[in-house]
Amino acid sequence: MEQQILTLVTFFPLLGVALLLFVPRDRTETIRGVALIIAFITLLWSVWMYVMFEPVASGMQFEVNIPWIKAFGINYHLGIDGISLLLIMLTTILTVIAMISSWTSIQKAVKGYYISLLLLETGMIGVFVALDLFLFYVFWEAMLVPMYFIIGVWGGPRKLYAAIKFVLFTMFGSLLMLVALLYLFFMYHGFSGEYSFDLMKIYGMPIPLGAQTYMFLAFALAFAIKVPIWPFHTWLPDAHVEAPTAGSVILAGVLLKMGTYGFVRICLPLFPEATLQFVPFISILALIGIVYGALVAMVQRDVKSLVAFSSVSHLGFVMLGMMALNVQGLEGSVLQMINHGISTGALFLIVGMIYERRHTRLIADFGGLLKSMPVFSTFFMIVTLSSIGLPLTNGFVGEFLILLGTYKANPTYAIIGASGVILAACYMLWMLQRVIFGKITNPANESLKDLNPREKLVLIPLVILIFWIGVYPKPFFERMEPAVKNIVAMVNKAGPVNQTDADKPTGADCMIGGNTCVVKADGNE
Amino acid sequence: MIPITHYLILSAMLFAIGVTGVIISRNLIIMFMSIEVMLNAANLAIIAFSRSLNLMDGHVFVFLVMAVAAAEAAVGLAIIINLFRNRESINADTFSLMKR
Amino acid sequence: MEHSLYLILLFPLAGFLINGLLLGRLNKKLISLIGCGSVGLAFLWGLKTFFNLLAVPETERIFNEVLFTWIPSGIFKVDFGLMFDPLSAVMVLVVSGVGFLIHVYSVGYMHDDPGYGRYFTYLNLFVFSMLTLVLADNYLLMFVGWEGVGLCSYLLIGFWFEKQSASDAGKKAFIVNRIGDFGFLLGLFIIFWQVGSLDFAVVFKQAPLVFAAGGTLITAATLLLFVGATGKSAQIPLYVWLPDAMEGPTPVSALIHAATMVTAGVYMIARSNVLYMMAPTTLAVVAIVGCATALMAATIALTQNDIKRVLAYSTVSQLGYMFVACGVAAFAAGIFHLMTHAFFKALLFLGAGSVIHALAGQQDMRFMGGLKRPMKTTFITFLFATLAIAGIPGLSGFFSKDEILWKSFSSDYGSPVIWAIALFTALLTAFYMFRLIFLTFYGEPRMDEHAKHHLHESPKMMTVPLVILAVLSIVGGWVGIPHVLGGGNHFEKFLEPVMGKMTTGATGGHALTSAGHDTATELVFMIGSVLLILAAIYAAYYLYLKNITVVGRIRQRLSGLYKVLYNKYYIDEIYGAIIVRPLINGSLFLWKIIDVMLIDGIANGVAALIGYISSDVRGMQTGNMRTYVTVFLGGAIILMGYFILR
Repeated sequence: MEQQILTLVTFFPLLGVALLLFVPRDRTETIRGVALIIAFITLLWSVWMYVMFEPVASGMQFEVNIPWIKAFGINYHLGIDGISLLLIMLTTILTVIAMISSWTSIQKAVKGYYISLLLLETGMIGVFVALDLFLFYVFWEAMLVPMYFIIGVWGGPRKLYAAIKFVLFTMFGSLLMLVALLYLFFMYHGFSGEYSFDLMKIYGMPIPLGAQTYMFLAFALAFAIKVPIWPFHTWLPDAHVEAPTAGSVILAGVLLKMGTYGFVRICLPLFPEATLQFVPFISILALIGIVYGALVAMVQRDVKSLVAFSSVSHLGFVMLGMMALNVQGLEGSVLQMINHGISTGALFLIVGMIYERRHTRLIADFGGLLKSMPVFSTFFMIVTLSSIGLPLTNGFVGEFLILLGTYKANPTYAIIGASGVILAACYMLWMLQRVIFGKITNPANESLKDLNPREKLVLIPLVILIFWIGVYPKPFFERMEPAVKNIVAMVNKAGPVNQTDADKPTGADCMIGGNTCVVKADGNE
Repeated sequence: MIPITHYLILSAMLFAIGVTGVIISRNLIIMFMSIEVMLNAANLAIIAFSRSLNLMDGHVFVFLVMAVAAAEAAVGLAIIINLFRNRESINADTFSLMKR
Repeated sequence: MEHSLYLILLFPLAGFLINGLLLGRLNKKLISLIGCGSVGLAFLWGLKTFFNLLAVPETERIFNEVLFTWIPSGIFKVDFGLMFDPLSAVMVLVVSGVGFLIHVYSVGYMHDDPGYGRYFTYLNLFVFSMLTLVLADNYLLMFVGWEGVGLCSYLLIGFWFEKQSASDAGKKAFIVNRIGDFGFLLGLFIIFWQVGSLDFAVVFKQAPLVFAAGGTLITAATLLLFVGATGKSAQIPLYVWLPDAMEGPTPVSALIHAATMVTAGVYMIARSNVLYMMAPTTLAVVAIVGCATALMAATIALTQNDIKRVLAYSTVSQLGYMFVACGVAAFAAGIFHLMTHAFFKALLFLGAGSVIHALAGQQDMRFMGGLKRPMKTTFITFLFATLAIAGIPGLSGFFSKDEILWKSFSSDYGSPVIWAIALFTALLTAFYMFRLIFLTFYGEPRMDEHAKHHLHESPKMMTVPLVILAVLSIVGGWVGIPHVLGGGNHFEKFLEPVMGKMTTGATGGHALTSAGHDTATELVFMIGSVLLILAAIYAAYYLYLKNITVVGRIRQRLSGLYKVLYNKYYIDEIYGAIIVRPLINGSLFLWKIIDVMLIDGIANGVAALIGYISSDVRGMQTGNMRTYVTVFLGGAIILMGYFILR
């Protein structure tokens, strides 16, 4: 059982899909129930997996490696480290929450909707557990389909435009990724005489700098579109605004993380020299994203697109921290992936809740909600504060480490990046002010019902996570630390830009004797 | 023994009838049946060669084609019935959504 | 854990959680009991710990307590650790003590407010954050409190959220503070990557080893921390939020924007005295900024008519004083003034609140006057506070202010110019405070008949804290009577374990000419300044009570200057024009032009191009199945022909 836990977590939602096929389409309550139960059991499996996970052990855990298509050396190779573990947890939690949140808002083609969500879950988890590049690619593409339907069928007025834009942008990137993948495949054959897509094996292959550069670019483009890094971000606001609430939650919460995860899992360790070469380039794009996203978010009129642009800004932080290529930056970056999933997911849920009541998302239509909906407004406030990184909420820990790590790598970047923290306060608080403070100017806002128990149930777990990560993030750090150190070591063995002791303070290394951080040079044994 | 050319000529004639049927008919059922005729024309040619060359491969192949034809008939007829339900017509020319 | 320091934090936190989670389900009595009780308990526990601290020898006066590891990341490790040393002790007692009194006062003041429960929830959260700030044993945890108090300030300024100006002011406060925090964070980065830790103990011990004294890095780090302080403690150029913050309920102004939160910057610098002593350039900047702020705010206060705004600018000015003290390396004097200021300024605000309460919300002094008789307790306590802030001998403000004046002259880091400006500011302070007294409590009542009829002294719940604070405003300074007046300056001595190094000159920068040498000079200075202050008070009396017409003439003569002062040097307008407006317009440009037109334009343009090409090719797809078959057949025949005829 323990050996198969990854398979179980990944494919359990498919079981739900199979079950749902046998439920008649007009029995919507049954459909919702079955889907929710399946997603919840998947969550329980993942919690069990979290418990079984060895925190300090380095390397992959729960590995499964059996041949799939032997002729091409394609294996069914799964395995997780601390980074993927956390992202899987995020996925399973957000899926359950997304399902509860769409309990009443989705009335059309309910069966197809829940099937799509379950398929999506399998696709997303699959991306995080796959250690075979071919398998990775399959999951990567597979999750496009359900997301396409979720936006395209259950979305807003411009849903088709948004859905097609989303798919085309992603496909454009992943096509290049496929080419690079095949190149890598044949190169590995040339290197070892064996056909294999196995990531763990390819990690060990030396790649000349020229080839690294091209492949890095191909992979990075695919991931950059997904993240999205400025200027590939324009699909994001459209997709978010048009997607149904649950779609936005999953999209922001998990799908974007697949891009950043791709960087961490593939680009950094496989192409270390190329990474070092492109660090300034990507960092600057990330910085532009941070500032630009924040500024544009400030002047949005639609709450949802404001949150969407804030995502661009936050994901800029994630990329910035990653490009610091030291333990603090990367750990902050990984944590910020989780944080963004929680905070922005919650923000989208909240926007969805008022949308359900008022059928508008324009900031100007609101005002004074604190009076008519105090509970709602309190949640709104907490989530907003976590999004702007107030200490003791999750956002602070991530952003602080990111900036700390970045400062080590390049103080100028950190200074510019930190200005994003100010801007975040500007746009979020301004929005908060216009939505929940002030007098009630629109009579429609006067008689709004406050949150019902179901809606509270959706938000409370997220708020708990917000404070948990903010106050006691140690369990998360413990689990990701070996993985992060591996990756840092793998990148840094490449070049002199960041030495392996980049992690030490410059002042003096004598006084922190007890707290050594020796990164192993050979990351993957 | 009848020489193989006879079979082949018959097969070619059947095939030609099938093609003509698909091209000139507007009735989906007839088009569908014409396709079946074409499949069977191919079957005939294959079986004839199989017999004359004393190989069993052809037989296996024909069985496969027949199985596919049966499946296709089931699916195709179902589609036609649904089309008729929705559009009240089985005239092929009325189904040209692709045309602007 | 032997001292259970965490309890000091736990009480207000519990109060916050109980009141917050059961919001709307508790009656007012229970809310007040929990709200005040939790802070009272924190004060008592702080007091107990303080006596424990006194009981141990001077060199061991520091209690540490690590609750758990907060952020561990590689070599970066920050604990949720608390520290109770003399400096923390002073702060804890001031925060929880004054905080408790203000809580009690609030029970009366906020009694009829519909947001009563919410108010105490926020207030308890504030006390928790502020105590975290002063008890933290590392910079990051201090930053937690630092931002936490900023949050509470935001929430409480915007407490009456339906008022546009209130929620604007709250937002402004938060954002301006964030700008300061930006500097603070960067300062922390420098310190961490140099020292390898953010724990106070480690940083202060290692700093002399890893930083070159007076070097660029230490100067940058301390300057950046100081940027944080200018935000939190309302110094130039980030002071703009504090006057607006008066939109909040008056007890909040007293607690957060006078007594405790705004002094966090002073506390932080005093706490980091080791670092600042290594950066003389920064010290000079601190002194100059403090001095300039003190003067500027005092001049603005001369002309304001809103009673709370006068007090707000007075707060900014007094905070400037504290920074002057820090800037001339007289950290203990800064903290001393912080403490006495907490007493008398809280009292002033609460007194003003009492007046406003009695006048049903009227804050404009032009519509007050003659309140001396109907509001006796308020008047007397207010008068004592005013005498204290003006620096009348014997009252608390005199000792702390005089200490700063003297140090700004005599310290190695001081200079006669700073001293002169500080003295001039002291005169202005005395002048505008007595202007306030005369306008409010003396003269003819200028309110309308209805309001006059309703005049009443505030309830006991409000006056008792006033009286207690008045007593503290008088005796609070007696713990720091300087040697020259025969006192022992116990306060400075008590703080010596934290700031001791500089008085002994161990860090190289021999700071203070030890007291007692220049006794004669010091006495002359003291007497001189007292005489000048008395003169300033007489001037206020002459202008605002005896001969009111003169004021109008002066105002006309100096109308340009008056206008500038009355409009607060137009700083808000300038900031609006050079920062806020361009930011918003620039953002609109980014969105409408760059995002929608350029980036999306390219993406959509490519799509449109492909669509355009396809629409031509599309004609081939007739949609007629038979056409397809025919074409297909033709193709098949051609292919077959090719293979046959080849």
